[in-house]
Amino acid sequence: MSKKQKKSLWRIIISAILLIIVVLLPFDGWMKSFLFFIPYLIIGWDVLWRAIRNILNGQIFDENFLMAIATIGAIILGDFTEACGVMLFYQVGELFQSYAVGRSRKSIASLMDIRPDYANIKQNGTLVQVDPEEVSIGQTIVVQPGEKIPLDGIVLEGNSTVDTAALTGESVPRDVLVGNEVISGCVNLSGLLKVQVTKEFGESTVAKILDLVENSSAKKAKAENFITRFARWYTPSVVIAALALAVIPSILFGNWQIWLERALIFLVISCPCALVISVPLSFFGGIGGASRCGILVKGGNYLEALARTDFVVFDKTGTLTKGSFSVSSIQPQEGISAESLLETAALAESYSSHPISQSLRTAFNSTLDRNRVSDVQEIAGHGVLALVDGVSVAVGNDKLMKQQNLTPVNTTETGTIVHIAQNGIYQGYIVISDEIKPDSAKAISLLKQQGVRKTIMLTGDTKAVGEAVAKQLGLDEVHTQLLPADKVSAVEELMKQRLPKKNLAFVGDGVNDAPVLSRADIGIAMGAMGSDAAIEAADIVLMDDSPSKIAMAIQISRKTLRIVYQNIVFALGIKGLFLIMGAFGIANMWEAVFADVGVAVIAILNATRVLKISEFKENH
Amino acid sequence: MKKVFKVVDLDCAHCAQKMEDGIRKLDGVQKVTLSFLTQKLTLEADDAQFDTVVKEMVKLCKKIEPDCEIIL
Repeated sequence: MSKKQKKSLWRIIISAILLIIVVLLPFDGWMKSFLFFIPYLIIGWDVLWRAIRNILNGQIFDENFLMAIATIGAIILGDFTEACGVMLFYQVGELFQSYAVGRSRKSIASLMDIRPDYANIKQNGTLVQVDPEEVSIGQTIVVQPGEKIPLDGIVLEGNSTVDTAALTGESVPRDVLVGNEVISGCVNLSGLLKVQVTKEFGESTVAKILDLVENSSAKKAKAENFITRFARWYTPSVVIAALALAVIPSILFGNWQIWLERALIFLVISCPCALVISVPLSFFGGIGGASRCGILVKGGNYLEALARTDFVVFDKTGTLTKGSFSVSSIQPQEGISAESLLETAALAESYSSHPISQSLRTAFNSTLDRNRVSDVQEIAGHGVLALVDGVSVAVGNDKLMKQQNLTPVNTTETGTIVHIAQNGIYQGYIVISDEIKPDSAKAISLLKQQGVRKTIMLTGDTKAVGEAVAKQLGLDEVHTQLLPADKVSAVEELMKQRLPKKNLAFVGDGVNDAPVLSRADIGIAMGAMGSDAAIEAADIVLMDDSPSKIAMAIQISRKTLRIVYQNIVFALGIKGLFLIMGAFGIANMWEAVFADVGVAVIAILNATRVLKISEFKENH
Repeated sequence: MKKVFKVVDLDCAHCAQKMEDGIRKLDGVQKVTLSFLTQKLTLEADDAQFDTVVKEMVKLCKKIEPDCEIIL
């Protein structure tokens, strides 16, 4: 509890005791009325004072004004106990509300507790702690075990493991060695690291994430804008209704005291606080919780849009697949060993920097003596001709084989097929394919479970490769052989097919699909650790590169929206009910105060449920 | 110029909304967001007018919610 809250608690206790004493005292008449003013003023002086001050400043219709009018009205009617009790109850509610808001502020702050406080710099042989903002590019910082890495950089000395959980939600620590990049906001676990800074603090990953999450409340969801607009006409119209309720029936039926009391009840209920606090709180909590799972959402509007995802469109390479090629099968002709076929191919391709050649070399996995290779001739779009140990070798696709007057084996295997011929004789082939990420299939099935109607893959790859991957993962649709520009028109075409008011999300790696990311209803970029381009282009950013996070993001957005709608319906329902009951004289002042402050507290507590992220993590 | 201010004792969400709306209408203000949850006010205004805008802003907020204070 803060100082202010403690003070308020004491005032509540003291005035409550005094109120009980006054009620029990054996006085009557004006003496008793006078004594009631003591607890009333102790508990309510600040409300009255603020009401007067705000009216002088031209701010009418605030809570203080409403409470002041309602309690003074009760005093005029002679209900002294009620006037004190209502004021007391109101203050208890305010205290609760302030406490609940304070707590949720704190838990949101702890969700975003990734800001490094200091950086260690060696000056004259001793370590000095400085503000990370003062460190410039090229300086060397020292990160001790247990400390947060304050700035992005490259490891100069030492090796260690780092915990990236605060950024990615991933609990398995990563190994870092000399020459590796490290990212600010991670926690160094085991060894001492000397890091050369590559980015200033303002440009570092941690600063960007914090900036993004803190500014996300600027992009408001429709539900938030609705509440703001609603609050603008709601309070004045209830006040006018209250005035009408006090005047019109009194003229028609007399009995002005009854109608005045009912009008006062109207006023007490009229504050829209429950909604004005709890709706933005839910969105902010959802965004904070998501960021803790490694999902950055750039605004409440995107979180709202994500909850209504109908189609999810994936880019293939780098999103569903690792984007790194590797040898998936070796098929030599009879009498030739797989080992020697791979060696021949790797040697012939040893001078090439093509990804295919690299994957051949990686698969061979021992040193290649380049001196055994000579007369290398690369034929673009075909392959390589070379002399290996003095023998002519051809390594390439079927076009190359045909050019060499050879008939390669027909294969149904998917991937890039590399044929090998030696001395004019066909030797066999090697299949190289892009590896599918381990959780891609799970991601698709989770999305289905979430009610996503269609999952679609776009790829520039051949039909055979694309369809094989799509089938293996259980995707509904696949569009192959697309040029980067075709992807935009493919997404536009798909956007026509989605249900009205539903959304299409495009997931890419953010490298060269920025136009598609911005064209789709929701652009999701993944693998963003350290990639500024992806953070700029997308609406939602996944820090690591596991596609199953998309399902998690949708789950978080749905939960947030569910809580928001619960609060809107609950608060408006209760207030509406009490307004009707108040007009007919069924609800009394005490219940009216509950309808105002009690509802606000319950709505805030409900909103804080969104901060519980452990349940999302369990499912993944 | 863009500057972030800390706001203390901001206890009422719709006062925050009122302040934000009010500041937005001040002369020279380009963009303003007041987050009730992070208790931070981000102001973007013309460089030439920045100091006057800040003064006006503080005055306005004192008027709307005298309890809360913008830390300069």
